[in-house]
Amino acid sequence: MQDLGGAFGEAFRLIGAFDGDLVEIVLLSLRVSLSAVALAALVGLPLGAAVAVARFPGRMASIAAMNAFMGLPPVVAGLAVYLLLSRAGPLGDFGLLYTPEAMVIAQAVLVTPIVAALARQTIEDLHGDYDEQLRALGIGRTGAVATLLWEARLSLVTVLLAGFGRAIAEVGAVIIVGGNINHVTRVMTTAIALETSKGALNLALGLGIVLLAIVLAINALAGLLRHSVAESAHA
Amino acid sequence: MSRLLPSLAAALALTAGAAAGDDSFIVLQSTTSTRNSGLFDRILPMFAEASGIEVRVVAVGTGQAIRNAANGDGDVLLVHARDAEEAFVAEGYGVERFDLMYNDFVILGPSADPAGVAGMADAPAALAAIARAGARFASRGDDSGTHRKERDLWRMAGVDPVASSGAWYLETGSGMGATLNTAAGLDAYVLSDRATWIVFGNRGDLALHVEGDDDLFNQYGVILVDPERFGHVKAAEGQAFIDWLLSDAGQAAIAGHRIAGRQLFFPNAK
Amino acid sequence: MPDDPLAADAGRTRTGALPIAGRDLSLGRDGRMLVDRVSLAVGTPGVTALLGPNGAGKSLLLRMMAGLIAPDGGAVTWAGRSPDRARAHLVGVVFHRPVMLRRSALDNVRFALKAAGVPRSERRDRAMAALASGGLDPLASTPARVLSGGEQQRLALVRAMATGPEALLLDEATAHLDPASALAIETLVLKARDGGAAVLLVTHDLTQARRLADRVVCLHGGGLEADLAADAFFRGPPAGPARAFVEGRLVA
Repeated sequence: MQDLGGAFGEAFRLIGAFDGDLVEIVLLSLRVSLSAVALAALVGLPLGAAVAVARFPGRMASIAAMNAFMGLPPVVAGLAVYLLLSRAGPLGDFGLLYTPEAMVIAQAVLVTPIVAALARQTIEDLHGDYDEQLRALGIGRTGAVATLLWEARLSLVTVLLAGFGRAIAEVGAVIIVGGNINHVTRVMTTAIALETSKGALNLALGLGIVLLAIVLAINALAGLLRHSVAESAHA
Repeated sequence: MSRLLPSLAAALALTAGAAAGDDSFIVLQSTTSTRNSGLFDRILPMFAEASGIEVRVVAVGTGQAIRNAANGDGDVLLVHARDAEEAFVAEGYGVERFDLMYNDFVILGPSADPAGVAGMADAPAALAAIARAGARFASRGDDSGTHRKERDLWRMAGVDPVASSGAWYLETGSGMGATLNTAAGLDAYVLSDRATWIVFGNRGDLALHVEGDDDLFNQYGVILVDPERFGHVKAAEGQAFIDWLLSDAGQAAIAGHRIAGRQLFFPNAK
Repeated sequence: MPDDPLAADAGRTRTGALPIAGRDLSLGRDGRMLVDRVSLAVGTPGVTALLGPNGAGKSLLLRMMAGLIAPDGGAVTWAGRSPDRARAHLVGVVFHRPVMLRRSALDNVRFALKAAGVPRSERRDRAMAALASGGLDPLASTPARVLSGGEQQRLALVRAMATGPEALLLDEATAHLDPASALAIETLVLKARDGGAAVLLVTHDLTQARRLADRVVCLHGGGLEADLAADAFFRGPPAGPARAFVEGRLVA
């Protein structure tokens, strides 16, 4: 029977061997998930901040929608993107299905609501403190959104980390739109799913430990970044 | 979400050129049994060397593979469900179906064998015995080739297991590997293709009880997705792959795939 | 990221803001009238103290005059026109608790100059000069949020004054400060007044009003009780709540 000790042994063996295939999979995982988070940040941060600052009819409904979409099941996101990118779908002519780009899009769909909803809450709290001061300085809505995004940068790093965690850990979306093709679209989570389906549980768990270690390293990097930013600006 | 679409479109526009320009590969819609058995790892590099064409395998259940191909999301289909394959061609999604290779299904179960099926040569009778004993049976339940075969066998046994779904009949709705994991964990009987079973690493207490019945025959077929229906299908490359599979070289490559000295697939192209 | 979005604010029209006038201003919340038909104008250089006990409506009146909240009744005008963003730099506002941006003291001032449409090339020198006027130049590169409470409030005032406002509106700006810090603020306020600014100072500190004010406006229960020259007010405030407040008999 399998055991955690065996899995750790497998994990260390994998890291120690510095296997070319493993490195390729790790790099693709990082490339896909970091790109997805970047895309999500590009859309979600301004969107969340705009909703936090603006007052418009249907605002509460859009906040509720953003919050609800945080719980979007990865498989559903994957299916939706599959239907879009499939040759039979509206964007089929781009030929993106079963490419890393398709995986980036699917994960961005998953992560954007998380980034937008958490950014909205963060910015809205801050806006309460800043609103009158910014308006007294003659800053308009657009300027306020940009200013508050910058003022909230430390908290927003954590928001992006939450999004990254969601992206790097999900398997349901990337396996549908990526196809788990060896050397093309195989990432950590789909490799884990594959090894599990082969009954190679130690190897699967070992890969899981490697994935955790990578996420930990990314968080540590972000922590260092936060710290150095905080030093220079004091939150 | 209204701001999402333009960004997506931009991302698509940026990446489309790179994705569409490269013609040296084809997408093969296939099944988990062929992928997990390591067959593709052995034969695809041989084909790449012979032809310069890379084959990208999407391995899902036979039902899903056929649906994906019917959406045009693949150039070649390699699955094991003859009726569905012939329907795929008849409905105009595929050009022509060729027999490629076969292996067989086996019935596995806990070594204690509570239904007493070990050594039986009649697969439907074995299933009937399992149902009579009320012993647990783990089913793919996912419309895969294996699942279709399993349903045929139940029909021959005159048992409707779905009526007992959730009691002794457990529909996992998952791939072969996940279903084997479930069977190992629950001491359940299970129908598996032999190749997946041979390479499966988490057998637990599972043992092979029934094999060799003609009804357990498992034929694989290969089909080129119809380029007249889907203009983007790489017909030349796809046909080259099929021709190679059916050639002496391809058939020999399939026959040469062995795990622990055992041949997993038996080529039978005509 | 912090630099560009504000550029749209540049190139604004530069007409004046004085007088800042509120006519028949009313503001209610939950059925209670917090400000009740008050008319007030500040248009000439000098310090107007807006006095009154807690809950008199002083802060709300100041924020309406600053164009930050809209009155339910009546209207506010700056130089005859409704307040607008383009003239915000002509009306400096300092709040009861300073709102510091998460950046250096210098960059806080530069931010205000940028919002006021000051060309980039001039911002640094003008910001340094403004900091120096408040004695904050040694702290220019210090993150604003690590400054002491008194330094932060001084920075808030310097930031408000840096854009050359015609009016300064201060909402209990010294309420939380020790005497030395409060004195530094008062010195800056007098400097602004001497420079020709019209100052509206909300306070409930009578001695501060005596030290600074040329004119006293007294609010009570949302209504205007007195609007007198400072001498006249402190010599003999009119009977009723204004006198009671001055004599320390009126708390709320």
